[in-house]
Amino acid sequence: MAVPSVAVQQGPSMLSRLAESRNALSLGFMLPAAALLLVFLTYPLGLGIWLGFTDTRIGRPGIFIGAENYEYLWSDSVFWLSVFNTLLYTVSASILKFVLGLWLALILNEKLPFKSFFRAVVLLPWVVPTVLSAIAFWWIYDSQFSILSWALQQMGLIDHRINFLGDPTNARASVIAANVWRGIPFVAITLLAGLQTIPQSLYEAATLDGASRWQLFRHVTLPLLTPIIAITMTFSVLFTFTDFQLIYVLTRGGPVNATHLMATLSFQRGIAGGQLGEGAAIAVAMIPFLLAAILFSYFGLQRRRWQQGGGD
Amino acid sequence: MKFTRRDVIRTTAGAAAGALGSRLVGSTAFAQEGLTYKPEDGAKLRLLRWSPFVQGDEDQWLKNTKRFTEATGVEVRVDKESWEDIRPKAAVAANVGSGPDLMLVWFDDPHQYPDKLLDVTELGDYLGKKYGGWHDGPKQYATREGKFLGLPLATIGNAIVYRESWVKEAGFSEFPKDTAGFLELCKALKAKGHPAGFTHGHGVGDGNNYAHWLLWSHGGQMVDEKGKVTINSPETLKAIQYAQELYKTFIPGTESWLDVNNNRAFLAGEVSVIANGISAYNTAKVNKDNDPKLAEIAKDIRTTNLPIGPVGKSVELFQVTTAVIFNYTPYPNAAKAYLQFMFENPQMSDWITSSAGYCCQTLKAFDNNPVWKADPNNAAYAKASATLRPNGYAGPLGYASAATMADYVLVDMFAKAVTGQATPQEAMEEAEKRANRYYRV
Repeated sequence: MAVPSVAVQQGPSMLSRLAESRNALSLGFMLPAAALLLVFLTYPLGLGIWLGFTDTRIGRPGIFIGAENYEYLWSDSVFWLSVFNTLLYTVSASILKFVLGLWLALILNEKLPFKSFFRAVVLLPWVVPTVLSAIAFWWIYDSQFSILSWALQQMGLIDHRINFLGDPTNARASVIAANVWRGIPFVAITLLAGLQTIPQSLYEAATLDGASRWQLFRHVTLPLLTPIIAITMTFSVLFTFTDFQLIYVLTRGGPVNATHLMATLSFQRGIAGGQLGEGAAIAVAMIPFLLAAILFSYFGLQRRRWQQGGGD
Repeated sequence: MKFTRRDVIRTTAGAAAGALGSRLVGSTAFAQEGLTYKPEDGAKLRLLRWSPFVQGDEDQWLKNTKRFTEATGVEVRVDKESWEDIRPKAAVAANVGSGPDLMLVWFDDPHQYPDKLLDVTELGDYLGKKYGGWHDGPKQYATREGKFLGLPLATIGNAIVYRESWVKEAGFSEFPKDTAGFLELCKALKAKGHPAGFTHGHGVGDGNNYAHWLLWSHGGQMVDEKGKVTINSPETLKAIQYAQELYKTFIPGTESWLDVNNNRAFLAGEVSVIANGISAYNTAKVNKDNDPKLAEIAKDIRTTNLPIGPVGKSVELFQVTTAVIFNYTPYPNAAKAYLQFMFENPQMSDWITSSAGYCCQTLKAFDNNPVWKADPNNAAYAKASATLRPNGYAGPLGYASAATMADYVLVDMFAKAVTGQATPQEAMEEAEKRANRYYRV
């Protein structure tokens, strides 16, 4: 029996339909980024949180021990000292970086001779690798060979060398100063970029209305710069809170843990000491602080009134 | 066991014959007496070692490696890192299961990841038998439950390095041998404007060496034989009180010192007495022709062992380095052959000699290496392997001892008390609490 031929109408292939689908294309373009985030962000974060609930050690898989690591940390004076140090370090350094960075940005926004040169010079501390600048500060703060102590002695201002990194208070102030020096360029250059987006016409109009320089800054510059400040300071706080290299090179957390940050303590316990679970728990304990900084910035940015320089 | 000239000739001839033989017949194995590993076809090795403190050490290590490659055809890439960065690198390699085939690690490292290391018991036993046995201290770092997790490579001795003229100026014709006399000397030196300086900061080597000497010389110990924390004791209290008196004689700032500060201060003429490896003296000696000041200092430097305390004998920590092979290596035989080659007499003798007193032998047959008599200042480092006490004495080596040291529990105890941040009793109690957290296992 002859089979009747059936005319099959060929529609567009699956591939071509996918190629024309906006949704499929969007998904396709997003997939690589999503995969990267998953592999390099979500997975390590998840692993870190999991490790914090285990007694994993270097070279030995651990077992789930619940919140035992956190209970130990709760009663650990060195951990709480590192929390205190981290908050002090972050708050002090961030405020100083903001004030000095904004001041520098305002200066660089003026019509200066050799403006480009100065802008490039300002970036130098940011460009120099952290470890190198930390080593430079190590020499500057050396208890025997400090150039600062030497200069002050030569000027007759002090009669003995300053114990920069040996005294707990001095050591804290010294590492904060080093961090500020290194972080100012980031704040200054980012705020400078924000300043340059403010239309000159606003300043001209306000000047015609008789506004003083302070009023120009308070009612024109600051409101329009607020979103940039929020983003810049969020990043600055995150970088400062998670700082490691400066401390590691300058003090290793000493003297007597006076400069240990949560990040350095996490490394010391987790890697050098082999207690991966405990090290991870310390690192995880940083998350609430970091989250708070991000949420503050995020919700702040959503506020229209805040963006426009108004209060709540 | 003495190493005779006949042994030297026989072993050297064996190695030479092996090298020649491999070239002639194309074999990748090299001849050794008693134990031979045949490297896998196409084997290539990567070793991570610490950056040298005495250049001769690295130069000779590389020369020996080249000899091995010539003898076997196995290429060995030697990388180096700052010695303090070896521990994290090794930890990552052990955990991830990837990285260099061999590493020269420090202190308790092999006990932190014993399951990740290749068992080299056969090789360890062979070398021990052939070369008069291993010194007990370094062997403890490299063995666990009777098995070799690696081969104890060297002990980096720590000794008093001092300026002879200043000690004489302080009224001492010779360096005191006990802790009481030592304190008197340091007081006199301070009065003459030449203070001493010992690391109270987070210096991995110098900080720990000094703190352990303070503790052990007074009879204190972190834990007992069973691993029970016993740091809170009358002996520890005496050690802290002694440290407080000694600290008063120091140059200001030692609580911030890391591993290199004491060398720098000493070579700059800022301090008269430090505790250090031979590298401090070696730096002055090597550079004396280019720097008249260093020439003057080199001439004046003397070394001696740290004073003996109430405990009545010399008890010190020292740094021990162990050569380990990770069990993920695709070339275990090549790696074993490499270590065997490096430990055999011609290579090991040359390496110890070139290290100029920095690396102390772990095999007893090399005790009489000429280097220990080549310079009177080397003698203080000659018996480092024989006299050292392992970390975490009197307890077992392992996770707890490693973590306690890495967390600077002992270093902080002394630093806190000497700087007045805590009373000796408070410092001791805090150290006890911190140590208990690690020794809970």
